[in-house]
Amino acid sequence: MEFIHDFTRVLMATCRDVLPIISLIAVFQLLVLRQKFPHPGRLLAGGVFVVLGLALFLAGLEKALFPLGKLMATQLSDPAFIHGTHTAAAESGWTAYFWVYVFAAMIGFATTIAEPSLIAVAYKASEVSAGTIHQWGLRITVAIGVAVGLGLGTFRIVTGTPLYLYIMAGYVIVLIQTLAAPKKMIALAYDSGGVTTSTVTVPLVTALGLGLAASVPGRNPALDGFGLIAFASLFPIIAVMGYAQISHWWIQRKKHGEKNAL
Amino acid sequence: MILKILAQKLKGAATDLLPIVLVIAFFQLIVLRQPLPQLGDVLFGTLLVVAGLTLFVQGLEMGLFPVGEAMAHALAAKGSLFWLLVFAFALGFSTTVAEPALIAVAWEAAEIAGDGGLISGDTAAMESYAFGLRISVAVSVGLAILIGVIRILKGWPIHYLIIGGYGVVMLMTIVAPKEIIGIAYDAGGVTTSTITVPLVAALGVGLASSIRGRSPLTDGFGLIAFASLMPMIFVMGYGLIIFN
Repeated sequence: MEFIHDFTRVLMATCRDVLPIISLIAVFQLLVLRQKFPHPGRLLAGGVFVVLGLALFLAGLEKALFPLGKLMATQLSDPAFIHGTHTAAAESGWTAYFWVYVFAAMIGFATTIAEPSLIAVAYKASEVSAGTIHQWGLRITVAIGVAVGLGLGTFRIVTGTPLYLYIMAGYVIVLIQTLAAPKKMIALAYDSGGVTTSTVTVPLVTALGLGLAASVPGRNPALDGFGLIAFASLFPIIAVMGYAQISHWWIQRKKHGEKNAL
Repeated sequence: MILKILAQKLKGAATDLLPIVLVIAFFQLIVLRQPLPQLGDVLFGTLLVVAGLTLFVQGLEMGLFPVGEAMAHALAAKGSLFWLLVFAFALGFSTTVAEPALIAVAWEAAEIAGDGGLISGDTAAMESYAFGLRISVAVSVGLAILIGVIRILKGWPIHYLIIGGYGVVMLMTIVAPKEIIGIAYDAGGVTTSTITVPLVAALGVGLASSIRGRSPLTDGFGLIAFASLMPMIFVMGYGLIIFN
């Protein structure tokens, strides 16, 4: 009974999210374009699948994975776990947080693989490139980018170094890579930064950031807890362009010509 | 036949989810050494997630992608730049302004600004600050899709616009009030929801493939990148105007 209540709530919220899109398309169809879509029944069924699927997905995450993931994020950043005692030893260095970095990186990788927006973009990219960009290749590359980004992001919270230094350095790397990377991959690489941070990753990452900032001595959750999302958006760009560069170089070297596989 | 396809799709979704399950099990059982709490709930939830992901991917192929592409082709065929740009702006604005993640972030930002004494701490002032933040993010996403569509039409290389945009972000970071910077960077990430992304990707690819001389891969992608970049600039701009 409780589940049905939860599911209805999530379903209503998803419907509300879709409402502006449906109204916009309906207004344009009726007033501006005045022409029918091909296969309206199929489109409608697809729309219902998307809304139902997303609602089930979110309800399931809320029931199973979010509570557990958030609990683990707090447990791992708990002084009792990190220092082995209940009194926070202010002077234990950044190495004491080893498992926090590993958890951040691994959970970043895992949630990115399950991220529906990334699945959608990888699907499109594979379609328009006639299969030369593999869906799994792109998704794993982006996930590695998020993993590195979150590992570094949690390290930043622990050490308390300013956010903008990392972001600026990241932008400079992106800039240099943009000049050198194969031109056809650039737009896709930039897009990968935007799709990593939605339904699955954001709630877990926010819990981790705020929990960590609250438990490390001398950090302020309001100032240091933010910024993990920025890391998770920046590093996939570097990863995808890096991958494109490496595979381009590899192909050039092997003179394989026919396959620009990602 | 149908069962076989269904089994295949379910298997795909289960593979997508496997890493999360493994990571959580590893940390819970080996690192934290604690039993899995409420195992029944967790299993049931995981099944729901797998079923949901299967339906979502099926719906993408059947509904969301074709609708986005059909809109792109119809608008391109109509040949009216005005309506295409109106559609682009409205798509970005309307999907962002009511986004729950954005509402949450805006309110959090208002609380931080209220505690820091940047705005007066009463509810009315905080609500108007949060509302202003939401509107500026929504306008910025609308403009981002609009500029992205113009780029596809004109065939401008994306890197000039993005590098220019990052340059502006860096400059604004130097002059903007410190309290807004973290929020601004995160605002770029929360704007692109799971339903908007496939639609926007299909719109871009559809437009690029219906205009002669544009490549769907090089020109069709990039709209999402603009939608993540613009909010950072606008939120820092909002901070500059409000706090000074």
